[in-house]
Amino acid sequence: MKLLVALLSGLLFGLGLSLGGMTQPAVVLNFLDVFGAWDPRLAFVMASAVLTTAFGYLLVLRRARPLLEESFKLHTVNHFDWRLIGGAALFGIGWGIAGYCPGPALASLSGGGASLLLLVACMVAGWWLASRLTSGQA
Amino acid sequence: MHPWLLATLGGVLIGGAAVLLMACLGRIAGISGIAAALIRPGLCDRSWRLAFVLGLLAAPMLLWLLRGDSGIGQPMVAPPWMALAGVLVGFGTGLGSGCTSGHGVCGIARLSRRSLLATGVFLACGVGTVYVVRHLLGGL
Repeated sequence: MKLLVALLSGLLFGLGLSLGGMTQPAVVLNFLDVFGAWDPRLAFVMASAVLTTAFGYLLVLRRARPLLEESFKLHTVNHFDWRLIGGAALFGIGWGIAGYCPGPALASLSGGGASLLLLVACMVAGWWLASRLTSGQA
Repeated sequence: MHPWLLATLGGVLIGGAAVLLMACLGRIAGISGIAAALIRPGLCDRSWRLAFVLGLLAAPMLLWLLRGDSGIGQPMVAPPWMALAGVLVGFGTGLGSGCTSGHGVCGIARLSRRSLLATGVFLACGVGTVYVVRHLLGGL
């Protein structure tokens, strides 16, 4: 049951990304090109996703626990540090170079060709590097 | 359907996916967090993460079956730039504990100050990078 829910959630997420144009790096890069050929689609995707999630979370988090698990796994850290800011900055630069954030990169694997496979392999290597660097510090 | 309407509908589906995951498994639908943990040694809850990623991968194929168009676009830059972008995106989201979904959607929906700041920073750096690449360097 848990696996089915996770599969369905991933499927819905991927459908949302594809329908919203987020699996087209041209659309994403044009969104980031606010001084040029601006395409607002990502803003529509993000705004409606945030509103839907905020409304849903309000209802869901009122419960004592999730339906299929013992507890909600929420981050409670609330301070800023160099890892958060530096990480977000590096991610933004990478995002601006190729137009892929992690979700669309994974979702595009079936049709993005060898070049996208290279990006995903390097992204996984980046995750590995980051976990090596931060293990023991967290 | 107008692309902006489709984008709004896409956002609702993404939000629905995030709410479903929180309601049933109590988890944040952050792609980098879900996927990056798959390669961490000694972790025991791999199976739901794998199922989520499989669903994500299957979605464009399902769209292709239904509409004849998977929605997947082709890469815009040459392989060496794809490789560099991949390392930066992976390392950056690993270090900053989140990407567009974890910070940008789920975190902001919870009004997390960390996520608001992270989202501001990666949006600004993304916009800045595209500005430098397109308007100062004339493309990659």
